[in-house]
Amino acid sequence: MPMPDWLSIRRDKQIPAEEAGLWEKCPSCGEVLYSKDVEANLSVCSKCGYHFRMHAYDRINSLVDDDFVEIGADILPGDPLGWVDKRPYPQKLEADREKSKLSEGIVTGLAAIEGFPVALGVMDFSFRGGTMGTVVGERVTNLFEEARRRRLPCIVFTASGGARMEEGMLALAQMAKTTQAVERFMNDGNFYMSVLTDPTTGGVSASFAFQADIIIAEARAAIGFAGRRVIEQTIRQKLPDNFQTAEFLLEKGHVDVVAPRPRIRETLVRMLDYAVDRRRILSVLKAVPEFALG
Amino acid sequence: MNLIVEREKSFEGLEQRIQELRSRGGADAGAQIQRLESSYEELRREIFGNLTPWERVNMARHPRRPLANDYIALFDQFDELHGDRHFRDDPALVAGFSKLRGRRLMLIAQQKGRDVKENIRRNFGMVSPEGYRKASRLMTLASRLRLPIVTLVDTPGADPGIGSEERAQSEAIAGCLTALSKAGVPVVATIIGEGGSGGALALALADWVIMPQHSIYSVASPEGCASILWGDASRAAEAAERLCLTSNDLERFGIVDEVIAEPLGGAHRDTPAFTATVIEEIDAALRRLEVQSPEQLRERRYEKYRRIGSWQEDARRGIASAAT
Ligand SMILES: [Zn+2]
Repeated sequence: MPMPDWLSIRRDKQIPAEEAGLWEKCPSCGEVLYSKDVEANLSVCSKCGYHFRMHAYDRINSLVDDDFVEIGADILPGDPLGWVDKRPYPQKLEADREKSKLSEGIVTGLAAIEGFPVALGVMDFSFRGGTMGTVVGERVTNLFEEARRRRLPCIVFTASGGARMEEGMLALAQMAKTTQAVERFMNDGNFYMSVLTDPTTGGVSASFAFQADIIIAEARAAIGFAGRRVIEQTIRQKLPDNFQTAEFLLEKGHVDVVAPRPRIRETLVRMLDYAVDRRRILSVLKAVPEFALG
Repeated sequence: MNLIVEREKSFEGLEQRIQELRSRGGADAGAQIQRLESSYEELRREIFGNLTPWERVNMARHPRRPLANDYIALFDQFDELHGDRHFRDDPALVAGFSKLRGRRLMLIAQQKGRDVKENIRRNFGMVSPEGYRKASRLMTLASRLRLPIVTLVDTPGADPGIGSEERAQSEAIAGCLTALSKAGVPVVATIIGEGGSGGALALALADWVIMPQHSIYSVASPEGCASILWGDASRAAEAAERLCLTSNDLERFGIVDEVIAEPLGGAHRDTPAFTATVIEEIDAALRRLEVQSPEQLRERRYEKYRRIGSWQEDARRGIASAAT
């Protein structure tokens, strides 16, 4: 498969690898890889095709044409339950901010992909395992409300361990909030695609991830409702390796397309090209002066 | 063993003694009975008057707790409808046309079993994708026929088996949530026992959520939470303390709209009276809601969930803290 040329353009935009991690070992084939090469290859092992988890902003950079106008970044977590386990919840949040360089488990905003204006959300597993607390729920809801107002197609990349335990039922209720926002958005005739990345489970998979018009799964991603361990404990036997993989879901008829990471953007663009009348969207955008895309 | 059942066992001797004295009669029996009864009442108040979250978890799972069929029996009529039209009928989810005080409605409930045999058939109230698909099919039908939707929630969680994953449990639950989002009719949900995670919420995206005092409603089971946090499911009692899964907590957070007090010792101490009270409240909620137009219902339901959460926002939006 020849590399589409947009991919080589993207390469220039990668942030250089930090000095500390010049090399990394592929957990799948054991190959020692130069970190810069891994990043340039969208964090896919050049030898065996293993997909490393990808940072939300790297993902966004690899997708959008020019600017990404972030929305919802000012929505930040509180501690509604006063949660403490090994550490208090605010400390866990602080540690995750430090580690992930993110303010929460999803980044949302507006951008153009191959000239198609879109509303885009990208979840990141490195922040609290991508769990949905009230901030993720609020940012997703805002994204769909904004997309509905502007009549933009919406794309959400999911990566989540489910609802966030540390926010209790307030976290679970975000499933109800987001599904309603997505339903309104879709009911108005707008187009929604989800891209399920590794892993997508629990409350996120059982709400906006599986509500989409078109569902794309990233190759080899683990996707399901119950976690693998929970199922193994319940049935008291080991599950086959391919169980709950993207490829398994394709075979069972749960997703429209499985694509390796280097082909995700191309796939999205092809779908947008069928589903979206670009002229209509551009005319609507001109009518919303505070946000005009080049 | 269930913690509440254990406590109840400790009273058995005393209860028997009172019973014996009653049947024996005699000159001094009256005074003795009175003395025993008052200390019995005092003990019960002491033990059941202020239950911890973990005790409430046990109460919600009590083997004699009223189940969906105990409530369904109090509706004027019920005609069960079966199947998801694709795969099979799920006995863990019971649904069908019903009438309450002459009002036509759609009744959708999670049904646990009363004994081991029935529990195996009902899968302990754990609903499979085909159960959720039956539910969303009937929610959509109810909305089209302008019938209010009444749900009874009682599940440890959605079924976590191989078959459920193969048949897209996630998509089936999302389908219920979507159907309830669309419904232009009143939706009243009651968490009658255990509200286990997404498998419970699938039936509880509602205009009015009722919760008996000792039911629980949680983002994760206390056992699951403990095993994630400490790798030790036996610390479930500690997890229950943290999860804010009691009716009082959830009313405070706006997750639950109405809490119904239970008799001392739990709903099962007086199942006929308690279930009748719950039905009374469901009826009252329906009466309040059925005057609203489909657009009003959808709009208010949207706004209700729109507000739930707790986050900080930038001052320039004029909202410093949007806690519930
Ligand atoms: Zn490799």
